[in-house]
Amino acid sequence: MNLSKEKLVVIGNGMAGIGTVEQILKLTDRFDITVFGSEPHPNYNRIMLSYVLEGSKTINDIILNDLNWYAEQGITLHTSATVERIDPDNKEIVTAKGQRFPYDKVIIATGSTPFILPVPGSDKAGVAGFRDILDCEQMMEAAKAYSKAAVIGGGLLGLEAAKGLVGLGMDVTVVHLMEDLMERQLDHQAAQMLTTELERQGIKFMMGAKTTELLGEERVSGLRFADGSTLEADFVVMAVGIKPNIEVAKASGLTVNRGIVVNDFMETSIEGIFSVGECTEHRGVCYGLVAPLFEQGMVLAKRISGVETAPYEGSVVSTKLKISGVDVFSAGEFIDGPEHTVIAMKDDWKRTYKKLLLRDGRLVGAVLFGDIMGSAQLQKLVKQNAEMTEELYAELTGAGCGGGDKKRSSVETMADEEIVCGCNGVTKKAIVEAITKQGLTTVDEIKAKTGATRSCGGCKPVVEQILQYVLGDGFEQTGKQGICGCTVLSRDEIVAEIRAKGLTTANEIMHVLGWSQEEGCSKCRPALNYYLGMIYPDTHQDDKASRFVNERMNANIQKDGTYTVVPRMYGGVTTPEDLKKIAEVSLKYEVKAVKVTGGQRLDLIGVKKQDLPKVWEELDMPSGYAYAKSLRTVKTCVGSQFCRFGTQDSMSMGAMLERKFERLDFPAKFKMAVNGCPRNCAESCTKDIGIVGNDGGWEIFIGGNGGIKARLADSLCKVKTDEELIEICGAVIQHYRETGNYLERTSEWVERMGLEQIRSTVVEDVENRKALVERVELALQYVEDPWKKTLQDSRTRELLFSSLNPTENG
Amino acid sequence: MNQDTMGGNKMGRTQTVNMGHINNFLPQIGRVVVIEGKEVAVFRTSDDSFYAVDNSSPHPKGGPLAEGIISGHYLYDPLYDWKIDLTTGMVQAPDQGEVAVYPIRVEHDEVHIEF
Repeated sequence: MNLSKEKLVVIGNGMAGIGTVEQILKLTDRFDITVFGSEPHPNYNRIMLSYVLEGSKTINDIILNDLNWYAEQGITLHTSATVERIDPDNKEIVTAKGQRFPYDKVIIATGSTPFILPVPGSDKAGVAGFRDILDCEQMMEAAKAYSKAAVIGGGLLGLEAAKGLVGLGMDVTVVHLMEDLMERQLDHQAAQMLTTELERQGIKFMMGAKTTELLGEERVSGLRFADGSTLEADFVVMAVGIKPNIEVAKASGLTVNRGIVVNDFMETSIEGIFSVGECTEHRGVCYGLVAPLFEQGMVLAKRISGVETAPYEGSVVSTKLKISGVDVFSAGEFIDGPEHTVIAMKDDWKRTYKKLLLRDGRLVGAVLFGDIMGSAQLQKLVKQNAEMTEELYAELTGAGCGGGDKKRSSVETMADEEIVCGCNGVTKKAIVEAITKQGLTTVDEIKAKTGATRSCGGCKPVVEQILQYVLGDGFEQTGKQGICGCTVLSRDEIVAEIRAKGLTTANEIMHVLGWSQEEGCSKCRPALNYYLGMIYPDTHQDDKASRFVNERMNANIQKDGTYTVVPRMYGGVTTPEDLKKIAEVSLKYEVKAVKVTGGQRLDLIGVKKQDLPKVWEELDMPSGYAYAKSLRTVKTCVGSQFCRFGTQDSMSMGAMLERKFERLDFPAKFKMAVNGCPRNCAESCTKDIGIVGNDGGWEIFIGGNGGIKARLADSLCKVKTDEELIEICGAVIQHYRETGNYLERTSEWVERMGLEQIRSTVVEDVENRKALVERVELALQYVEDPWKKTLQDSRTRELLFSSLNPTENG
Repeated sequence: MNQDTMGGNKMGRTQTVNMGHINNFLPQIGRVVVIEGKEVAVFRTSDDSFYAVDNSSPHPKGGPLAEGIISGHYLYDPLYDWKIDLTTGMVQAPDQGEVAVYPIRVEHDEVHIEF
């Protein structure tokens, strides 16, 4: 403890209090800081609790400042410590346990608690709020034991809670007093669309329902409404609103109203005592959202540190609903009245809605549903009361063109103090300084340094724009070139250098071409290994250490460290004998699940690492390469052998193609399908090569993808004979192998190269087609089944798959 | 190759375990060693240095580490691609975390771990 320092006590260890402390630490080191928090956790991101409930994040993921942070900053933290009152006469704070701590300045940041409806039965077991980690845990527990939940309140928090409970498997009804959901943020139109969307996601609604009583004995069993009707529920979440925590302030003699009353510099009625966040009432308003709390914190930090600051004049509030797949945004005024000029666009097909409200030609509010691109910009424009111009209109309604440049200029005109990252309170200025003073060039570096994008990631596009704006052309260079952080060379440059200089190993490449990290990284090592194998199919020694785990082990690693085994089932056709064998092996090695894959074969899930070789040996089937950047499956329909519609023998053709092209390394995974007729039962349109039989031959499609970025395959050509079909498949495969970037799927490759280029190379230029086929045939000569190979190599088998069990000797 | 680092066994008793000849380990490919029922991931880097860490990722979702890609004395975790410094056990930015490391040395081509 430093005696010369002023003692700053912060009551409340949440986002408002700690956000303010972070701002103070940037300005001065004159304070000796002590923080009191009544929860047992360090500061976490309350607005991310919905994601914890949804299961997409853990509690650890949402911790903003871990215990180390407090230690590093020299802050004394008392968790599970409740402050009872401030004694301003003696300049001491008093805890619930009667301890006294002296202070020079105090910040109250006690936040708020859920408002519990004062109806009979609200104190029964099974009634919770949705506010902190404890509530979240209680909800997750309840979902295990009970099935029917009611959420009272159709606002932001209520809907997020309801979605979370649906995700946990509960039958959830949202009970809302009003006729529209989120009536404090949305207009009727958007609320209607939201209701429809959430119903689709499994939430039930009772609108205009006033709860008068919670039924049940000790534990809640249902709700009774004003009209006498009832609803069964064995778990109830109250999300009707929040109530500022003002007990400490009251007990200390501060002026309070609904919240703790402050002036424009966050000063309360007693000198030396400040208030910030949801417990605070400023100009008659108590805010319940995150952005105002950072704006308040910034003014307070400057005031308390003796730095000149503009007064806090209130916040324009904007809202984003955090339910995956439901994008809602509103800012400023959202219900249109006679004084407004309304610009509205509704698209029932894409289920989007956009409404902008103008008053006297200036933007005062906006509502977005479905597509919230540009919400950050709108929020800013509403806040600035921007004047509507032809240019702005074109930009906001999409009626103009050249949006890209305008976006950049919006970053340019953004004020330095404007908050870019709402979750962590990072300003534009902080990001610009991180770039200019510390030479940062990537979003990841900015995340590590400033915290921007660390939590919800919603501000990432803006951070990218700032990077682009500050670095100018420099961003283009660092952002676009180089296959990874180790080099500035592109894929094409590297492949050209390998050929020109005759480089034969990854080490040679990295050494000769000046890699910054001597032995490369997890991005470039597998890529170089692939390029070398593609260039020298006959002589390249595959480097196991450069293979990603799945390709090194020839099995798919699962999150618990076990693996999956998928044997070949050519063309999706198997035999009773093989099925029997698969069943026996699955039983013997206690696999956790047997799954029919999307590629028409069987996946043995949960095989222990040390059992892999034995499983392969006993199955005695070829590897299905389900783990590899290689040909996965050739999906087929039944075809002319049995199907009355079949015009071609798709099962035989599929199995033949799978046998021919299996085991070859590709830039990325590769899937094919063969159909016996244009009904397309084996779904050619989403495959890297999709083949559709017709009466006179085959049609070949390429570049389809059903994954992350869905893309329908393009028709490459039609052929008359099976020979031509096989030849063109081989040529497409080799052309892709030779020109594809490592990890680039054909869907991206086709767009980058252009369908015309590919067609002229593999279809029209017959000479070139033959040459490509020759090269793919050469490469095919050197492939071998990896499972058999491992079984024959006892040393690799031992060192790669079995663990060591040494005995103690010391 | 002495690694002067923090051991994971902080309960006082330290024991030395002989893991046999260095050729029990492939260069740049990790191997799991089970000591008193606990999995330790042992790595032999390209310069024949040895490192040992808990075979448990500091990533909140956990998972093994032994199967990661090794570059210099860095490990790229096999499930989430976190970069971990094997000399200190520290996860590299922008991610955060730490894995326990164990002192390990080679004498007469035999690998010993202090546990």
